[in-house]
Amino acid sequence: MNAVPDSKHTLSVLVENKPGVLARIAGLFSRRGFNIDSLAVGPTEHPEVSRMTIVVNVEGSPLEQVTKQLNKLVEVIKIVELDGPASVNRELLLVKVRADAESRGQVLDTVQLFRAKVVDIAPDAVTIQAVGNADKLADLLRVLEPFGIRELVQSGMVAIGRGSRSISERNLRPVTIPAPPAAG
Amino acid sequence: MSEQMTGAQSLIRSLEAAGTEHIFGIPGGAILPAYDPLMDSSIRHILVRHEQGAGHAAQGYAAATGRVGVCMATSGPGATNLVTPLADAHMDSVPMVAVTGQVGAMQIGTDAFQEADIRGITMPITKHNFLVTDPADIPRTVAEAFYIASTGRPGPVLVDVAKSALQAMTTYAWPAELNLPGYRPVTRPHSKQIREAAKLILEARRPVLYVGGGVIRARASKELRALAEFTGIPVVTTLMARGAFPDSHPQHLGMPGMHGTVPAVASLQRSDLIISLGARFDDRVTGNLDTFAPGARIIHADIDPAEIGKNRAVDVPIVGDCREVIGDLVVALRAEADAGHTGDYESWVEFLAGVKKKYALGYDKPTDGGLSPQYVIERLGAIAGPEAIYTSGVGQHQMWAAQFIGYEHPNTWINSGGLGTMGFSVPAAMGAKVGMPDSTVWSIDGDGCFQMTNQELATCAINDIPIKVAIINNESLGMVRQWQTLFYNERYSNTDLHSKRIPDFVKLAEAYGCVGLACESPEDVDATITKAMGINDVPVVVDFRVHRDAMVWPMVAAGTSNDDIKYARDMAPRFDDDDDLEVRP
Repeated sequence: MNAVPDSKHTLSVLVENKPGVLARIAGLFSRRGFNIDSLAVGPTEHPEVSRMTIVVNVEGSPLEQVTKQLNKLVEVIKIVELDGPASVNRELLLVKVRADAESRGQVLDTVQLFRAKVVDIAPDAVTIQAVGNADKLADLLRVLEPFGIRELVQSGMVAIGRGSRSISERNLRPVTIPAPPAAG
Repeated sequence: MSEQMTGAQSLIRSLEAAGTEHIFGIPGGAILPAYDPLMDSSIRHILVRHEQGAGHAAQGYAAATGRVGVCMATSGPGATNLVTPLADAHMDSVPMVAVTGQVGAMQIGTDAFQEADIRGITMPITKHNFLVTDPADIPRTVAEAFYIASTGRPGPVLVDVAKSALQAMTTYAWPAELNLPGYRPVTRPHSKQIREAAKLILEARRPVLYVGGGVIRARASKELRALAEFTGIPVVTTLMARGAFPDSHPQHLGMPGMHGTVPAVASLQRSDLIISLGARFDDRVTGNLDTFAPGARIIHADIDPAEIGKNRAVDVPIVGDCREVIGDLVVALRAEADAGHTGDYESWVEFLAGVKKKYALGYDKPTDGGLSPQYVIERLGAIAGPEAIYTSGVGQHQMWAAQFIGYEHPNTWINSGGLGTMGFSVPAAMGAKVGMPDSTVWSIDGDGCFQMTNQELATCAINDIPIKVAIINNESLGMVRQWQTLFYNERYSNTDLHSKRIPDFVKLAEAYGCVGLACESPEDVDATITKAMGINDVPVVVDFRVHRDAMVWPMVAAGTSNDDIKYARDMAPRFDDDDDLEVRP
């Protein structure tokens, strides 16, 4: 299931792995008044290319303007919208929940139920790792809330298209342009 | 071909290889290594008095010649002084490369002396920018900078080079190819879109060619004229496109927008098809978007896909270079004509001819015998003629120069359109004159604008750049004063510059090694302009002391509908199809 409401869109953005590229993208969103819900960056199968997954909220300006403006950045190679059932999207959650001898059993039940995982344990708390889409993680947090959430951290969403195709296949071949003529 | 040399030598070699003939700049600590090999270079460096002057000069050079303008500055304040010209060039799509020195690579991020993150600062106001810390990257970066600046939608590119990279030894090798996987501007329009556009053009009864600066940047004036004359469709040229289509041409309705002509504004408002060529539906053209051209379908051709549909929904989008788009449209419409399909615009053309005749541009002369600014500019245009190049700053003088000079050729009208930069005119004229030394270059400037960048007169006088400056001196920030007159109850807060008293522009011109002239009566205008035209060895500055209450008309007040255009104060034209063309109070 896709947890993203209508005004939100998930964009996979392939960018050249160069210093400052994140600043360019963040700056573009801020000056054009586009809203970022989440952003995750990481390396790809090509060392010269990074991939950003950006969840944008386009209540104010149409998605088309967002992608067109992004495409104008010289270091942006390709943008693919990854919404709907043709893609898989995941977020990572680490949450520290109060759990003493009395409540620990119930907390662990919840962990099981959500196919989450305990990654650290202390006398009065457990730290849980969960992976899923935004809906699933929100549900988990709702169930854990009564026990007492001491601390939580969540990653931005990453997404990938289903099937065997890669979005990077075609576009990452080097594009060469004749250099401006050398004068003299 | 690779040679050992310093990064600084490699930088200058690279600039030469990219075709640079002129650089406007000022040295300083971080860029200093580059200035040493510059002494031995074929490049002529023009030492300006302020980096803003260097930037606007590079813009004027680029706009007059169509080539990439180049400016150079040192780190920190040198670089930040280029911010205004870069933003200006970004708004007006001017191909320009700015080279700045940066502190040494090891010092970046330490708040070193004269350190400023100019790459970070200029990200939103450049087409692209680079920070070079490895001297081996210099030739490729310069090649990429020139390529990006001059292709697609042109724009400014900044190359920031660390001093350590300039000082280190490196191998110079000009790249044979560039690898820019994310930069592939589309120049060839899609044939299906051209066919769709041709279909709409034939169906329309009230079409208008809405021509923007993109037509000038694409060097498409000839193609535009062919399209206009083949179809008979009326033409409007925006502030950035003045000169793209001859003002003397009977199909030309003038400039649309806030201070556009009544027929140009009427043609857009009453149109059933706007054919936008290299224009961007700027708020100064559309007025209130909700009431802009309500009955018009839109063909929008632009090389920048992000402009299409940005402000106004589009029926036929065409991404491509304007010269190719217009050329293809002519071919498509010729083929249609051969098959017996032509548009019928006769009654529309006739209607607009009536509006044009009834609402010709005009102005009132002051009753006290004082000098009218419009008259000065009109005579200047008539005497200097359409072969001259005119630059302006921003404000009333800019609008009058756009209205009352007859432009016949592209690249002869150079102004700060999008950013509206006061102080643009004098340095832009300097750059234009360097690029086009055989042309007469007139800087038309306001007394407010002139005082922002007039130090470049020294540069002009010393470097034999004999520009001519017409100061339209109404001793105030005229356009702001006009808004105070109209919208702030004639409360003139901080717009009085007292420029008829201080400074003495004639003495100031003389102090800078220029000829200074003054003129305050209509009888002396022609003689003064003629005298200035005869002085070609040094710059000339003419202080035209005009009356201060002249206003720019017509006017669509900011944020209101184009339908509410005022022909003159409290005078609204009627241009409804059914009505007689009358002025209603």
